[in-house]
Amino acid sequence: MSKTDISRRGVLKSGAVAGAGLAVPTIFTASSAHAFTNEPTGSSVTLGFNVPQTGPYADEGMDELRAFQLAVEHLNGGGDGGMLQTFSSKALKGNGILGKEVKFVTGDTQTKSDAARASAKSMIEKDGAIMVSGGSSSGVAVAVQGLCQEAGVIFMAGLTHSNDTTGKDKKANGFRHFFNAYMSAAALAPVLEKLYGKDRKAYHLTADYTWGWTQQESIAAATEAMGWETVNNVLTPLASTDFSSYIAPVLNSGADVLVLNHYGGNMVNSLTNAVQFGLREKQANGKNFEIVVPLYSELMAKGAGENIKGIVGSSNWDWKLQDEGTKAFVKSFGTKYGFPPSQAAQTCYVQALLYADAVERAGSFNPCAVVEALEGGDSSLPGISSPSNKGYLFDGLGNGQTLYRSADHQCFKDVLVVKGQENPTSEFDLLEVVEVTPVAQVWYEPDNPMFAGGNLGKCNPGA
Amino acid sequence: MFGLDKKDTTLLIVVALMVLLAPFILNPFPEGSAMAQFNAGYPDLMQRFVIFGIFAIGFNILFGLTGYLSFGHAAFLGVGSYSAVWMFKLLSMNIIPAIVLSILVSGIFAAVIGFVSLRRSGIYFSILTLAFAQMSYNLAYSVLTPITNGETGLQLSLNDPRILGSSATADGSIPVTSLFGLEMRAAEQIQIGPWAFQFSVGFYTCAIIMLIAFYLSIRIFRSPFGLMLRAVKSNQQRMNYTGLNTRPYTLTAFIISGMYAGLAGGLLACMDPLAGAERMQWTASGEVVLMTILGGAGTLIGPVLGAGFIKYFENIFSKINESTLDGWFSFLPDGLQHAVVWVADHFVGSGWHLTLGILFMLVVIFLPGGLVEGGQRIYAWISGSKRKAKAAETKTEPAE
Repeated sequence: MSKTDISRRGVLKSGAVAGAGLAVPTIFTASSAHAFTNEPTGSSVTLGFNVPQTGPYADEGMDELRAFQLAVEHLNGGGDGGMLQTFSSKALKGNGILGKEVKFVTGDTQTKSDAARASAKSMIEKDGAIMVSGGSSSGVAVAVQGLCQEAGVIFMAGLTHSNDTTGKDKKANGFRHFFNAYMSAAALAPVLEKLYGKDRKAYHLTADYTWGWTQQESIAAATEAMGWETVNNVLTPLASTDFSSYIAPVLNSGADVLVLNHYGGNMVNSLTNAVQFGLREKQANGKNFEIVVPLYSELMAKGAGENIKGIVGSSNWDWKLQDEGTKAFVKSFGTKYGFPPSQAAQTCYVQALLYADAVERAGSFNPCAVVEALEGGDSSLPGISSPSNKGYLFDGLGNGQTLYRSADHQCFKDVLVVKGQENPTSEFDLLEVVEVTPVAQVWYEPDNPMFAGGNLGKCNPGA
Repeated sequence: MFGLDKKDTTLLIVVALMVLLAPFILNPFPEGSAMAQFNAGYPDLMQRFVIFGIFAIGFNILFGLTGYLSFGHAAFLGVGSYSAVWMFKLLSMNIIPAIVLSILVSGIFAAVIGFVSLRRSGIYFSILTLAFAQMSYNLAYSVLTPITNGETGLQLSLNDPRILGSSATADGSIPVTSLFGLEMRAAEQIQIGPWAFQFSVGFYTCAIIMLIAFYLSIRIFRSPFGLMLRAVKSNQQRMNYTGLNTRPYTLTAFIISGMYAGLAGGLLACMDPLAGAERMQWTASGEVVLMTILGGAGTLIGPVLGAGFIKYFENIFSKINESTLDGWFSFLPDGLQHAVVWVADHFVGSGWHLTLGILFMLVVIFLPGGLVEGGQRIYAWISGSKRKAKAAETKTEPAE
């Protein structure tokens, strides 16, 4: 039984305790004296690398981490300097960033938005990270980008391909070097037309989150524009590992092309299932049945093995490109780890370098100064006449001339259309570059309906 | 005080002190030292400690008192989060309406699920709740995408109406969650020598709500209602034979417990306005079971300790990477260093589950009463009386 007798002393005592409890939070509301969040004061600066180490994108995450470690090594003047030698901007001298030694902390996003945010928060609040990079899922990238905007640190997106990252969810503190679903579709459509003709019926399997949705929307729009018909679009959970139940209905749907809007472990499993069901030997509507994977990488090709041969897709970058930047990067990555880097590794490496370069050029770690430096002056890509063709132009990082567009913080560069190598010459020779689609063909305006609805807002230095 | 007997008052005061002084207690190592890696005194983690503490306290009201093992409690956590974020999107960024709605909605949710599930007991009840939670998860993940935004998670945007607040602040960013203008993310850092202590508004808000929740749970434990629930646990059949209908009692306990989970979910969203479907996944439901058993099911403070323990591992051990290990073992000769690092690497970083699993096994095997029993044994050992230890041992009621 509970006691309910009330004494004067008891009331006073409990009142005092309750009052003290309520007063506690108000004592600590004054903000601190720093000019911006996590202003580095010592001899080192901390960057946070938040990548999936578990979950369907773990392979990509581990490769990203390798690239980040390499980038830090090069920034601190170790190794052979990699792309520092070929980068068009010469602000980086290999003595850290603004003379401060670069240190880093890592975290596991688990390919889940919640876990990714918790991990990014601990980097910002506990380890004092001034910049967060990484993420191998657009859902995660969008979530972490929002967090960084709120906390007042810079977010350099890693592998994120959804239109939304620099579309409706774009943020002033967030930057993306990787290409996006719209660009993939724009580059793929002409090649698909050439290979498979104008009269095709496509069946889409789509990863059920922001990237899958925008990827499917983009590729459906681009293929429909050239005469294809979209028979059906089925959404599959990101966490699935067995896609047989999704593949079986494809056989009787009347479709003759299967588009797999899947990435990482998802795509490896769904493609394997599709091949096991004999889709590739099948005839439909009097044509050979074809499979298209809009976005894929060396890592996925490796996972899918034999099944990838002859499958068409798009890629941000490939280690077999012959420009100086690529050669330098592949050499130092290969020397350190013993195999060539994936496109995820390249984009993360480049993002780390671009951030460091922007800080050097700005002469400050203040996020607003960095944003200004990355948005660049008024340089623009040659051959595209558009008022939005403005931003920071650079070269020598493996993709040829590249523009960081100031209007939406998206990089514009050539896109590769790739095909699974039919006769690989080595265990790393998995993809064949079919075509390098020039940037003008994948250009879009910031107010394109697939990207509309967002607002960069203002840069936030926090504190 | 507060209608509690002396022992419970002491417990409440001890917990209150522990929670309110957490920024000091959790930051024992000076900044920049090698051990600073193990500091847990930063706002986000401290908030998680107390929020998951609330979640576990609520779970314990059901599991610890009635013995009904729910495997679907994460569903209420998720529902609470979604309600809170919708409140931020539609009404205002004040956390009060968000918390109220999340408690209400999860209460209704619990009433519906409990009404069906409580028709069975034992394993059948567990499976039913698990099924409901998985259904909610899949609904949130794909079917109800317009409400939940699927895998991407429900987030705030600049275009939300926020009738009582503003869609965007003057400088064009999304407003932050606040309690009548007191921003949740506001924090103050105090430097004492080499130590840096962080005090955040969000943490103290959560802490005070958690203390209220803890106090309510003590009252429930000590009430005639609590006694009835314990009777259900010890022998429900006998209760039924005496002509007593136990279902209203268990249903009430289930709803209260669901509301606690909803409160925790709402608070999670208040601290970080995002709700993802993975909060409802069965692994999240399993986590709260682990927390409660690890800490000591049926004890008042156990679940809070268990929650802190698991969250600590998740956030601290998962961030130790190979280069950190290399630093620690650099004093060893080269070959040995690589070997040690190679072994240790599997237990930290993404391998933190492994470490947690081993510790969980050790606790369940050697301390069936959870961490609370461990504490009691240490206390008895210090006070040197074997008789006392025996008395303490018989007092804990491990879950069956």
